[in-house]
Amino acid sequence: MQGELRCTINGVVHAIDSFSSEPLLFFLRDKIGLRSTRYGCGQGTCGSCTVIIDGEAKMSCETITKDVSGKTIETAEVFENQHEHPLVKSFIEFQAGQCGYCLPGILMASKSLLDKKQNLSRLEIAQALDANLCRCGVHSRILDAIEKAYQLSNEKKAPNEKSSA
Amino acid sequence: MKNQVPKPLLDYPKLGDWLKVTPEKKLVFFSGRVELGQGNITALIMMISDELGIEPEKISLQTARTDMTPNEGFTAGSMSIVHGGQSLRSAVATLRQQILNISASRLGVDALELNLSNGQILQKGSFCFSIDEVLDQIDLSSEIAAGAKIKEPSQRWVEFREIERVDLLERMTGAPFVHDMIEEGMLFGAPVHPANMYSKLLTLDVIALSKRPGVIKVVQDGSFVGVLATSQRFALEAAEWAREKSEWKEIDGKIENPISHLVSQSHDFEIVSETGDVNKNSGEWHELTVSRPYIFHGSIGPAAAVAKWENERLTVWTHSQGVFQLRDALAGVFETAEENITVIHKAGSGCYGHNGADDAALDAAILAREVEGIPVKVIWSRYDEFHAAPMGAAMSTKSRAHLDQDGYITAFDVEVTSVPHSSRPGTGGTPNLRSAVLIKNSKLPAKSPDVPAMRGGGAERNAVPSYDFGPVRVKKRLVHDLPFRASALRSLGAYNNVIVNEGLIDEIAHRNGEDPLAFRIKHCVDDRSKELLLRLDSETKRYKENLKESQGWGVGYARYKGISGLCAVFVNVTVDEGVVVDNVVSVSDVGEAISPDGVKNQIEGGIVQSISWTLKEAVKTDGLSTTVDSWFDYPIIKFSEIPSLNTILIERPSEKPLGAAEISQGPAGAAVSNAVRHALGVRITELPITREAIINSLLSNEI
Repeated sequence: MQGELRCTINGVVHAIDSFSSEPLLFFLRDKIGLRSTRYGCGQGTCGSCTVIIDGEAKMSCETITKDVSGKTIETAEVFENQHEHPLVKSFIEFQAGQCGYCLPGILMASKSLLDKKQNLSRLEIAQALDANLCRCGVHSRILDAIEKAYQLSNEKKAPNEKSSA
Repeated sequence: MKNQVPKPLLDYPKLGDWLKVTPEKKLVFFSGRVELGQGNITALIMMISDELGIEPEKISLQTARTDMTPNEGFTAGSMSIVHGGQSLRSAVATLRQQILNISASRLGVDALELNLSNGQILQKGSFCFSIDEVLDQIDLSSEIAAGAKIKEPSQRWVEFREIERVDLLERMTGAPFVHDMIEEGMLFGAPVHPANMYSKLLTLDVIALSKRPGVIKVVQDGSFVGVLATSQRFALEAAEWAREKSEWKEIDGKIENPISHLVSQSHDFEIVSETGDVNKNSGEWHELTVSRPYIFHGSIGPAAAVAKWENERLTVWTHSQGVFQLRDALAGVFETAEENITVIHKAGSGCYGHNGADDAALDAAILAREVEGIPVKVIWSRYDEFHAAPMGAAMSTKSRAHLDQDGYITAFDVEVTSVPHSSRPGTGGTPNLRSAVLIKNSKLPAKSPDVPAMRGGGAERNAVPSYDFGPVRVKKRLVHDLPFRASALRSLGAYNNVIVNEGLIDEIAHRNGEDPLAFRIKHCVDDRSKELLLRLDSETKRYKENLKESQGWGVGYARYKGISGLCAVFVNVTVDEGVVVDNVVSVSDVGEAISPDGVKNQIEGGIVQSISWTLKEAVKTDGLSTTVDSWFDYPIIKFSEIPSLNTILIERPSEKPLGAAEISQGPAGAAVSNAVRHALGVRITELPITREAIINSLLSNEI
């Protein structure tokens, strides 16, 4: 299988068709079966297809599949068996959703922020999420949940940091 | 508490209409309601759990599908709990009594000695057996007693209280939507919708279209064109190619400015409500006119459906708000009997009213008819969503208030001019599905009569102010000749009517030199609304102080449909380049709140959506159809524009539940509009209140 393109999605290696111009969104949904990544506009304007590529939040409708060769991708399915993840816990705690169509994209955008361990203010978090649209008007709860997730992951880190000091 | 029989119970009076017992002795309940993301299914499960005395996790609830559940009409108008939930409570109360009676005869005791708790039969507090042991003896053919004795408020919520949304986790990390359905051998369809549904197809190279990547078949029926393809991507790409290459004959009758068109009408108004003679006293009248443009429902996920034909029977999976009404409309289009069609609800993106869900179902059915036995999934493109779906109706409302010598409002007169607010499937006796107009055997929509007064009215909803203003008259004028397609958007006419009425009240309070909130409290119609407004007053005093010149505050209040939930909203705004809403405090009363946090979530969502409508949203058109191609052409509120929200709920557990999802849009829009007036000194009367609208208004006021 020399020369075959591959990428890693949620920890699993997948082969990619090197000739295809297929947007990553459709590769994920229809080829790999990871359908939490949602089609909202296909124009890069709503954020509901946001995934994490090598640590950065990207819209998968605007990403060509062959361009993710060698890269690591995460979709909201990573949370399926991680209900204790600070983001999942805090989104449930604040009931931060209504129809939920936008939520996987928002969770991915938030996870990339959280993973970078930057200390962001509420406004900075909000600005980072401006590319993600929510029509049900749950924004405030979503921001509450992300702030809480920051707090939870800092608490989790604190004892380890002490012991290594 | 008076026990009125909710309508669904009149239509479905038997216990077996509302529940069944599976061979594994599990209880499955039926609701004709659908979960639209508002959390009603969780609330219904809570109501069943509480009424029966069984853990919420043990309850299965089957939502609307035409072959199983009661037909409860559309899931709309904040009625899920008010009618659907109360019906289930009566059914469950009947079930509970049966279980107690069966258990009593088994134990040879009086049923009054028994209780049902945690799924167990208790005799004077001691465990006898699990209810599972008697479930097979339930008589499902028995009638739900008209006076089925539901629990008294004091007995409620003793064992189980609020639970988390049962469906939220899957919506966050899984694939529960109709968009996500995958079936063996499924094909992917996409319609080629013209920008206006009355356009006629002139030319399209069908051969070239059939050779586009992944296309299996091109389906043409009159002016309907669609493709069947091997993947979603290929279907969408082929349809986009076809749309760009096709030519259509446009209709006549351009309307460049819908609002000017509405207000220039000269046909007579119809009086829709009148309480006394508004003209009996001569004196001072004040008036205000406010209009709102067409606005989009703006679902984040486009409309979608799956359809399959087998042996002349059609099955459709849809996120429609009314599966029975869609079934009947589809039967009309395909000229087949209703029993040949099964329509099953499946989750969709939030719809906020009648969006393209039903239209996508017909598109899928037309395409699937060409491939017997094969399921076809249609997901509209974003273009379709912005061009083919119905929009929220454009309207203009003029209100006049009569003042007495003491500065009290003593008569109120409202004129509403609007396109009809509802053209749901079946309204006016026609299917009202988009592609039904395009196909050869065309089924044109009837003129919509708008929503009748008994269902809260359409254009005139909440035109009657929620205060004691003496005699009130409401006149309505429907306008049918606009080329755009409109249908129900959350709160219908209430949004604009509350904005104009609350605006006029504010203008009069300012003129009187009175605090606008105090002026409203003076005119309260009852203690319930007074308590609400006094609470808002006490919660917001500090937000009225130390405001900068560019800042203002405003309030809005209404009781939805005059009889449903009460909601009062206070906002602070800063008007600089544009309007920024800094802070929102709301106080609401929805009677019994089944899920108080769920109610707050709905109220907050309504407020945020309404702020977005009020400050940003207007559909751009070329006079015949929309010219919005992407979210860039139709900005909605973003995360960084969200104000801080303080959402207060006055709980009234012994009152009837009143519904929540549509109570806050009018009051929130009114509060924002009034706050901008307070900050600027001039009122913007053509929504939305954009930067351009403010500049224009300031310029025209300087002249």
